[in-house]
Amino acid sequence: MPRTYTIKNPAEENRIFTGRAIVAMIFILLLSIGLIVRLVYLQIVGHEHYATLAKNNHIKISPLPPTRGIIFDRKGRVLADNVPTYSLELIPEQIKNLDDTLARLQELLDIPEDKIEQYQKLRKREKRFTSTPLLLRMTEEEIAKFAAVRPYFPGVDIHARLVRHYPYDILTSHVIGYVGRINENELKTLPVSEYRGTHHVGKVGIELAYETELHGKAGYAEIETNAQSRAISTLKTVDPTAGSNLHLTLDIDLQKIAYDALDIYNGAVVAIEIKTGGVLVFTSRPGFDPNPFVYGIDSKSYKELQTSDAQPMFNRALRGQYPPGSTIKPFMALAGLEYQVTHPGQKTYCPGYFQLPNVKHKYRDWKRGGHGTVDLNLAIVQSCDVYFYSLALSLGIDNIHRFFTQFGFGEKSGIDLVGELPGLQPSKQWKRKARNQSWYPGETVITGIGQGYTQVTPLQLARATATLANKGKVVHPHLVGSFTDNGVLKPAEAKPETTLALNPRNIDAVVSAMINVVHSARGTARVISRGIDYQIAGKTGTAQVFTVKQEKRYNENEIAFKLRDHALFMAFAPAHDPQIAVAVIAENGGHGGTVAAPIAGKIIRQYLQEPSDEDRNAQ
Amino acid sequence: MKTETRSEQFIPHSLLGNLLRKLHIDIPLLICLLLVLSLSFLILYSASGQDTDILIRQATRMLIAFVLMIVLAHINPYQFKRYSTVLYGIGVTLLVAVLIMGQIGKGAQRWLDLGFFRFQPSEMLKITAPMMIAWYLSENTLPPKWKQMGIAGLLLLLPTLLIAKQPDLGTSILVFSSGAAVIFFAGLSWRFIFSIGAIIASLTPIIWHFMRDYQRARVLTFLDPEADPLGRGYHIIQSKIAIGSGGIYGKGWQGSTQAPLDFLPESSTDFIFAVFAEEFGLSGCLVLIALYIVIISRCLYISIQAQDSYSRLLAGSLSFTFFVYVFVNIGMVIGILPVVGVPLPLISYGGTSMVTLLAGFGILMSIHTHKKFLPT
Repeated sequence: MPRTYTIKNPAEENRIFTGRAIVAMIFILLLSIGLIVRLVYLQIVGHEHYATLAKNNHIKISPLPPTRGIIFDRKGRVLADNVPTYSLELIPEQIKNLDDTLARLQELLDIPEDKIEQYQKLRKREKRFTSTPLLLRMTEEEIAKFAAVRPYFPGVDIHARLVRHYPYDILTSHVIGYVGRINENELKTLPVSEYRGTHHVGKVGIELAYETELHGKAGYAEIETNAQSRAISTLKTVDPTAGSNLHLTLDIDLQKIAYDALDIYNGAVVAIEIKTGGVLVFTSRPGFDPNPFVYGIDSKSYKELQTSDAQPMFNRALRGQYPPGSTIKPFMALAGLEYQVTHPGQKTYCPGYFQLPNVKHKYRDWKRGGHGTVDLNLAIVQSCDVYFYSLALSLGIDNIHRFFTQFGFGEKSGIDLVGELPGLQPSKQWKRKARNQSWYPGETVITGIGQGYTQVTPLQLARATATLANKGKVVHPHLVGSFTDNGVLKPAEAKPETTLALNPRNIDAVVSAMINVVHSARGTARVISRGIDYQIAGKTGTAQVFTVKQEKRYNENEIAFKLRDHALFMAFAPAHDPQIAVAVIAENGGHGGTVAAPIAGKIIRQYLQEPSDEDRNAQ
Repeated sequence: MKTETRSEQFIPHSLLGNLLRKLHIDIPLLICLLLVLSLSFLILYSASGQDTDILIRQATRMLIAFVLMIVLAHINPYQFKRYSTVLYGIGVTLLVAVLIMGQIGKGAQRWLDLGFFRFQPSEMLKITAPMMIAWYLSENTLPPKWKQMGIAGLLLLLPTLLIAKQPDLGTSILVFSSGAAVIFFAGLSWRFIFSIGAIIASLTPIIWHFMRDYQRARVLTFLDPEADPLGRGYHIIQSKIAIGSGGIYGKGWQGSTQAPLDFLPESSTDFIFAVFAEEFGLSGCLVLIALYIVIISRCLYISIQAQDSYSRLLAGSLSFTFFVYVFVNIGMVIGILPVVGVPLPLISYGGTSMVTLLAGFGILMSIHTHKKFLPT
């Protein structure tokens, strides 16, 4: 087909344009008439209506904040609720001289300066006619003092408000977290209309992770007011929808046992219900009282919490990364069996140390003289280091990395909390990337006993133990079991099931060795076997590294304590029908068998004594 | 080649006339702009609560914008045509840069901080996008063929989507309409316009059918903000009260009760029309709208008078976009359009839009006053 060329025709182009410009002008005039019609409607037809609204200071939209959802433990005990408290509130619009009023109130009630500053910030984001709190949780004395002079303070009044309360304070501080006053950063991200009239928002823990669910939906009232801003009538009300109630899988009795059992030690305990992944215990000691954070903690107390050597604000269960020590030996043994570099009957001679070929350096066993000839069972029961040095070397670091990652080591568990740390499961690739160094065989050797680069969180250790007990069916730990949605109780969404391809015979070999750790005469955790009619499978550990902050100063006595090893223990029970998996870390506890194991023993005992949920439902 | 002869325009040979001609300024347009800008001062003083600082700041920006307008009026339109592609390329590159920097810095995604002042690349596209499309279409014969319309459409969608992603819906609408106007003025076939209209009309119920409930709710509050009286709807309720209470003659200058009592948010910026309507009433609004229409008519007249296709298309687009500005802003303040962030042109407080608008008028003046010197 011959191509046709067109020649530019200026006259024609000009004609087209002029035509289009005329059409555009008509279009513009029509739309302008549309605007004018609307203006006539508003300013002539609707004038009287709108003028009345404007003159009477018209309609005000008053937000009705929703009630925050309540948090329960697995047996329905309240872990976080809302209690009425009395607060001193100001309506800026009704106050002639706000600064003067604030100064007089400050003198009368002895209000600290930072509270006044906080109020000024709060006031600026609210409408002038909104009642905004200056003091929350007034004491009886403050109420009496103010009541006497109330007529001299127009626009200031005492209101009853619902304020968050945590009845188990220190026990739940690292699980539930707390709510606090909304700060400027949060203002930028929160949906504005949902938070008008709400002064608190979840800061950490469940309160933060489930903020949307707990908050609910705000309502509002259209109020007609007179010139003095007094409400005359309510024209329309849209009720707020209360937030969802959360039912945790946590058992506050077990939580208390764990917290008390840690006693003088800083540390963490995590227990998981194996069948569901529901977290039964999530303890980090020391905790702190979250209640002052709700009202605005004073800066002195906050500083004390921040600078305390024990770091009470630090969530050890979620964010504490510890060398796991010997607690990972069962997994290492299983890795050896799965990769077929060893078998249960294969014997290794332990002279008390291990050497790499052609290297002088001796990797020592914890037992000076050595364990003699050990097989897999004995190596776990007596926690023989040399056996695992050698096993790790035959496995190679990348096989170890691949196998351990399946159990969740070095990865976040995905628990429904914010801020979880992933720990570290080292590999050649990791070292190349993070440190730009190649991997040395000696580093593989010490990885075999959970030292070196390896770091785990208590949550990870509990999860891996649960997955092992579950015969490779991966356990997904979570805290919220069910929640109310429009008054209907619904179960939380379950994660997809995955099962690791493991040989059941290999699992049995490792589990029977773990049973011997607790129940045989030479087991490292035999102290907890007394007086129970079921079997516990477990493994002790001691970790040689301690975490202290560099900026801290210590006196002589403290150093001795701080230098002691961390005590660890992981276990599940009953061994042949696993219900509960526990991980315990007691910082500077010394030996896992003597300090950490009894803590797990108490939790397991209490948990298995009680009728299970199904039994209770059957009754 | 063009050999057309055009009757010499009548320009008074007075001293002032000569001076303004040398300055390349279009007198009717200048007078209208000055009238609107004086209204802006009047209402800003009232809306800001007699804040003279704000007036001084606005005056400074106005001065800068005026200087830019005059500078642009001096440049021969041939130069605009020559650099259209380069300017468009720079604009789009800066948009991408802002997007990337925003993703790294998390947050401010509209600004490019140049140290001494902050610069919004999306503003630049309001002028360079129509320039580019006008250049592209005028290089070919008009009306455009399908292929050219397709390419022009892509040239337009690229910056529109980049700006919408910032997210700055208001500016992205303005950039889109400025480019769409060029294509329309170039002679986009009516059949195409009506079929697009028909397709959108028939697709809407289908898309609606497939949307989830929460998405529908979001669209509904966007279209009807009064359903969300604690958020967006609050503005509209308050601005309707302000406008309606103004009546025919208004409450008089500084007579607004809605703005000083803090009932009306954004009263100096996007919602300034509400204060204007409250204080000057329907009569004031009619004067203002009339002034806007005079400006637009003058600009369209300039476009028709232009001597080559590029100038015509660019001038037409700038004129039309100015109207879109007016319509979208007033429409949202009086509650017939969704709330998008578009200021009232030449009146709202703020420097960025002032500079872009006057730059546009500078280009229009250049097109109108350089005709005799067109290279032929």
